Amino acid sequence: MAAPRNVIIIGSGPAGLTAALYAGRANLQPLLIEGLEAGGQLMLTTLVENFPGHRDGILGPDLMAELRAQAEKFGTEIVQDHVSAVDVCGRPFVVKTSSAEYTTRSIIIATGASARLLGLPSERTLMGHGVSTCATCDGYFFRGQDIAVVGGGDSAMEEAVFLTRFASKVTLVHRRDTLRASKIMQDKARANPKIAWALDSEVEDIVDGGKGEVTGMVLRHNKTGVRTEIPLSGVFVAIGHTPNTSLFKGQVELDANGYIITHDGAKTNIPGVFACGDVQDHIYRQAITAAGSGCMAALDAEHYLDNIPDHLQS
Amino acid sequence: MAAENVQTLTDSNFEETVLKSGPPVFVDFWAEWCGPCKRLGPTVDALATEYTGKVTIGKLNVDDNPNTASKFQIRGIPTLLLFKGGEIVESVVGLAQKDDLKKVLDKHL
Repeated sequence: MAAPRNVIIIGSGPAGLTAALYAGRANLQPLLIEGLEAGGQLMLTTLVENFPGHRDGILGPDLMAELRAQAEKFGTEIVQDHVSAVDVCGRPFVVKTSSAEYTTRSIIIATGASARLLGLPSERTLMGHGVSTCATCDGYFFRGQDIAVVGGGDSAMEEAVFLTRFASKVTLVHRRDTLRASKIMQDKARANPKIAWALDSEVEDIVDGGKGEVTGMVLRHNKTGVRTEIPLSGVFVAIGHTPNTSLFKGQVELDANGYIITHDGAKTNIPGVFACGDVQDHIYRQAITAAGSGCMAALDAEHYLDNIPDHLQS
Repeated sequence: MAAENVQTLTDSNFEETVLKSGPPVFVDFWAEWCGPCKRLGPTVDALATEYTGKVTIGKLNVDDNPNTASKFQIRGIPTLLLFKGGEIVESVVGLAQKDDLKKVLDKHL
């Protein structure tokens, strides 16, 4: 069997790639397993205007291509595969994918978070038939049509504004009467004449009129209880994210919402296992904070590898 | 963007290549501006190599071929449709792993 790697990084968003950059420059020859949603959430965005150093903004996929090339430049080996199992109970740690098995002395978890869904049965069956979690992928199919965006955060505002390029009308549905989005994003959405607002409202159902594609949604007003059916052909769900931690359940300590608990930098409850980015952060969730925590994780891993206690040597 | 073994499908050759095909045809509906589609591309290429002679694998750019995309009510990409005898027998929406796609194809061999 091959000798254990120094460090395996799981995930290829800004956290994972920044960890790879630093681990590469520390000569740890990191292996990065990119995962199914390679590049992470930024691959689904358009212009990123708040990543320092890009004063005119940079497209999300372009930023990820840059980070990736930079990580590779300093010796990161990137594998296009998806981790299926992890064992951090013994030493060395074991990381399995569908096609390979690796051993490693340390792991950096940067698996991020994935779009959360409303949880309606109709949402599952109509996914790809009018229900979407990716405005940049699917907006094109709703040219001249009425659609809705569900959510009150920055991504909901960004998607709504982006979708007005195609749709004739975008209804923004949010269950509260105040939005969580930053002021600049709210202002952009509020200034857009194609955006209508359905605040204090929840999506109770998405309907297809027996046609196999979305024909409307049923909204329930939270204060009055009144139900209205709005005819439309698309519903974009942008209600936040859930951390991708199912691989680590029962091994790495998670909080009540499934996020990895980190302490003293990027350390988890297992010595030698570090976490960075959205998988351990439900507060800031920015590209730049993810990148910053990726750097911390790599420095913590480097320090750990230089000082592995005897009983944990492998 | 299509690799060897992968048929480039268009509005004009779709009927002949897919609907009238003897073997099943697995069609990847994609576009240049769709990040997840680009991610899925190499997986589809790999399937084309593995299933040579068993399943025809094709890619249809929805930007260049809007008629076919709208005929099959494509509302999100990537979408993969498996056609057998001119009928849709399987539909996969969104990113998928190669092993899961193989299971879908193997059901119809």
